[in-house]
Amino acid sequence: MTAATELRAEQDRGRKVAQNREKWAQSRTYISAIVILFWCLAPAYWMVVTAFRDVGYTYDTSILPTHVTLDNFKTAFDTSFGNHFGQALLNSLFIGTVVTLVSLVIGVFAAYALARLNFKFKYLVLGFILGASMFPGVALITPLFQLFTNIGWMGTYQALIIPNISFVLPLTVYTMTSFFREMPWELEESARVDGCTQGQAFRKVIMPLAAPAIFTTAILAFISSWNEFLIASQLSSDATQPVTVAIASFAGAQPNQIPYTAIMAAGTIVTIPLVILVLVFQRKIVAGLTAGAVK
Amino acid sequence: MATEVGPTSVKAPASGGAPIHHAPKGVGEDNRIATQGRWAAWLLAPTIVALSVVIVYPIITAIVMSFQKDAGVDASGFFVEGGPAGFSNYVNWIFQQCPAPGGGTVDCPPGTLGAQFWSATGTTFFFTIVTVTLETVLGFWMAVIMARAFRGRSLVRAAVLVPWAIPTAVTAKLWLFIFAFEGIGNKLFNTSVLWTGSEWPARWAVIIADVWKTTPFMALLILAGLQMIPAEVYEAAKVDGASAWQRFRMITLPLVKPALMVAILFRTLDALRMFDLPYILTGGANNTTTLSILVINQIRQGFNAAAALSTITFIIIFLVAFIFVRFLGANVVEQQTGAGKGKK
Repeated sequence: MTAATELRAEQDRGRKVAQNREKWAQSRTYISAIVILFWCLAPAYWMVVTAFRDVGYTYDTSILPTHVTLDNFKTAFDTSFGNHFGQALLNSLFIGTVVTLVSLVIGVFAAYALARLNFKFKYLVLGFILGASMFPGVALITPLFQLFTNIGWMGTYQALIIPNISFVLPLTVYTMTSFFREMPWELEESARVDGCTQGQAFRKVIMPLAAPAIFTTAILAFISSWNEFLIASQLSSDATQPVTVAIASFAGAQPNQIPYTAIMAAGTIVTIPLVILVLVFQRKIVAGLTAGAVK
Repeated sequence: MATEVGPTSVKAPASGGAPIHHAPKGVGEDNRIATQGRWAAWLLAPTIVALSVVIVYPIITAIVMSFQKDAGVDASGFFVEGGPAGFSNYVNWIFQQCPAPGGGTVDCPPGTLGAQFWSATGTTFFFTIVTVTLETVLGFWMAVIMARAFRGRSLVRAAVLVPWAIPTAVTAKLWLFIFAFEGIGNKLFNTSVLWTGSEWPARWAVIIADVWKTTPFMALLILAGLQMIPAEVYEAAKVDGASAWQRFRMITLPLVKPALMVAILFRTLDALRMFDLPYILTGGANNTTTLSILVINQIRQGFNAAAALSTITFIIIFLVAFIFVRFLGANVVEQQTGAGKGKK
């Protein structure tokens, strides 16, 4: 009797200790989560707050929005100080779209072959494509700079699009390869058994299944092209420069004063669509990003 | 696409994709591989051709250029003729020699590009080692937190994508603003440092900005690796009385190692070509010039010397990748294909 009570008390104590430990672990997790949230979001928040702050209060350090204004967004698009932000947005959009489309159209075939077919030199080809994606941009820029100078392509769109493909295409191929490998290809067989032709099986069964993968790859490709700076900073002109170059060389009314509020406004405009896109397709994007590293 | 692919080629092997050498090797097998090989060649051709045009051709041109002398006028007004240069461009970079008036070479005067090769190499490796180490440690920690079950986990997972989605050029300007003399950085730390004004603050500014921007990528790669570990393994270890530290060291680390090595390899190669961030944040001043920045600065002073330097950069990155794959067991291709492990 007493032994049983003691045992129960012992168990209770044990459970309490375990519960306490659990609680403590849980609260530590929450504290860590808050630190991560702060670390990731605070600088981005500061960009947005500054973008909406009156230029006279650029260095105001109050955490909440103060002196709220939309003037900075007007300044960002103002061309009177030699900035071409509006044009640059269109340029980036154009370059990014062309690069993404070309890479997808070319890359989808390669990805299909790498995911679905057995052939010699498969690993060599994979190694070549992965190697290409790790390639330093500066190793391309010198010969391209000379070549494009010689053939009069400096500052043209094609001079920006072609080198960009060299970064985006390998990324496209290996992201799509890992997506394709995961697809239920048996369904294609079943569709054929049910009387579909090869073409129908592909269009009606495989395409709808592959669409999300291709779309995710497109987003990743577009982001990578949108963020490119090295090549564009050397090969673009005022008329063709993308947003990254426009923001990096953003000039203000006074030559010695960096117009931070306008730059933050420009940065916000460039970033917000991407952030929304990424958050909406979060799961797929993460799967695409990590596709090459695990599995 | 399917209409181009012959019916024989798309059929999965009867054994469900088992390695070829396990299957009985008959005439049909050989035929099928030959057919698939032909189709593969056609499907891969556009990619191979495109990459050859945009990568292989420039590389070969760069190597050819690097063995040519730059024509032009040197610092003291002496005319230098072009022509074959042998290895002199490479030798000049490595021994930091500049053409001297009247032929021959002298030590490059301090401050010229030619005198910066070793400092740029040192800076590049310093940035690489420090940022990749910080990103690995922080990324691991973030991944472990994000792998736990708690309310708001999806919020955290979404938040880490924000720094990743911001273009590097914008990141650089944002941190330049944070690190401005009157900026929020000095205010928060209660310091009055001219961050971009001297060597170590400038270097730390670049490091902090880079770590902020790329740790999420690292964390997500490691998280993906962590999620591959079955929960039962941990349960079993717990039953056997393994402590949290033991579980981490004996289960988590070895099982996540392949994914971790690939993540570190990707980040290392990326950091070795670092350009945007220091170029915009500090302009390469105060010993923050990386090899990539040095190449860009050299281009307008002489293509051929720049080509030699970019080739050296390429070789350095290639060697580091080789060391990773050969000695540290970062098998990217195997990870990619899942081959050889019988996974799936």
